[in-house]
Amino acid sequence: MSRPLSGDRPAIERDAVSKSYGSFAVLKGCTTQVARGEVVVVCGPSGSGKSTLIKTVNALEPVQSGTIRVNGLQVAPRRLRARTGMVFQHFELFPHLSVLGNLCLAQQKVLGRSAAGAERTARALLERVGLAAQAEKHPAQLSGGQQQRVAIARALAMNPEVMLFDEPTSALDPEMVGELLDVMAELARDGMTMMVVTHEMGFARKVADRVIFMDQGEIVEDAPCAAFFETPRSERARALLSRILHH
Amino acid sequence: MDYAWNWAIFPAPSADGTGSYLSLLLSGLGWTLATAALSWGLALPLGMLLGILRTLPQRGPRLACDAYAELFRNIPLIVQMFLWYVVLPELLPEPAGTWLKRLPNAAFATAVLSLGRYTAARVSEQVRAGIESLPRGQRQAGIALGLSPAQVHASVLLPNALRIVLPALASEFLNNTKNTSVAMTIGLMELTARARSMQEYSFQVFEAFAAATLLYLAVNAVDVRAMALAERRLALPGLSRPRGDGHAF
Repeated sequence: MSRPLSGDRPAIERDAVSKSYGSFAVLKGCTTQVARGEVVVVCGPSGSGKSTLIKTVNALEPVQSGTIRVNGLQVAPRRLRARTGMVFQHFELFPHLSVLGNLCLAQQKVLGRSAAGAERTARALLERVGLAAQAEKHPAQLSGGQQQRVAIARALAMNPEVMLFDEPTSALDPEMVGELLDVMAELARDGMTMMVVTHEMGFARKVADRVIFMDQGEIVEDAPCAAFFETPRSERARALLSRILHH
Repeated sequence: MDYAWNWAIFPAPSADGTGSYLSLLLSGLGWTLATAALSWGLALPLGMLLGILRTLPQRGPRLACDAYAELFRNIPLIVQMFLWYVVLPELLPEPAGTWLKRLPNAAFATAVLSLGRYTAARVSEQVRAGIESLPRGQRQAGIALGLSPAQVHASVLLPNALRIVLPALASEFLNNTKNTSVAMTIGLMELTARARSMQEYSFQVFEAFAAATLLYLAVNAVDVRAMALAERRLALPGLSRPRGDGHAF
């Protein structure tokens, strides 16, 4: 998908972002940025704050301090969300709507597109994720992998400038992981800016430009992909890599 | 037991001189249906509105609606009807109380309003529970797409929550119809009251209440059928469990 590149500010900038639930700090002063067209994989042990990290980008999780800018603008949450697409671990398709209805709802209600226009966009995107034939079905009639591809198409229908993925393959049967990663890799090739929380290190290695490694609410390592896998600087990252890669 | 059965009592003229015993019962059925329909017409929209308000983040409306539900759900219906019908006019200043007591169909209006408010509290509880039973991610997915909280409620949460609570609402609908019989205590001549007066005039207690029983069963059989149809119409492809003949009760 081609987008006009406006200026050369990073797509996502976050400066000293902190968040806590009561006295428990989930994010401790996280500073990082994601350049336009860059694919950043966020990994780390569970409970390390990776999901929270990306959910603060579109303000699904409010933060106590720090700033987050998308395309250089610190915008109100609702406008911000319309520019960032999000894919959830458990798909979160709307069960009462058909696949087409899932893709059209926000296009019409948020972007004000006509029913016909929204449907045209929806069908083109379904074609792109290989599900054109399933447009009239309901989510419960699809496999997990198909549902997650619909979820990606639903997010893309809003013409986002950034796509956020929160463990998109964790709820899938192993044989469906591949088809989903293919769709994501293609999206990355087309130049989409992506932040992906995942344990799929093979995907990270092939597709990511950078890897952010988190532990206990802190960004422990933020390195170019090759450097992260070949010469991880932190002990904790080395431990995680040896656990994941040698299984 | 020494009881003289007399199934031929129904066409006989009733002792109050207004027609046959059958027409006496049917006029009672008419009041039962009118009370059930109007009170449900009040309870369903009011209960849905309250149920939705009880799931909003705003504290004020939520607490007010919680209080309404607890108050009207926890006081027995018969006590509520007495309070509105007998006690309220006495508590009001003299002229207003007298005006209230002399209203035409005061018992009917009191029955509709009391039953409607009571059932609304119960409906609000079902709707609230339905919305809260949905996965948190549904709300997040709507918000992440840029929908406003109101749009998420209207376009995502409600349509799914209502499908979940439809069987429970069907039970509420049946209860509402059956609860109209409580209104006989404030003098509404609905079906149960008419069966009692038939018993008092004719002493044919078994025939009177057998007829009332059959009429209640017939009315609720129609209710059940209508709700089963609604459930089938609203069933989602791939989600609904097939159920033999579509009857829930």
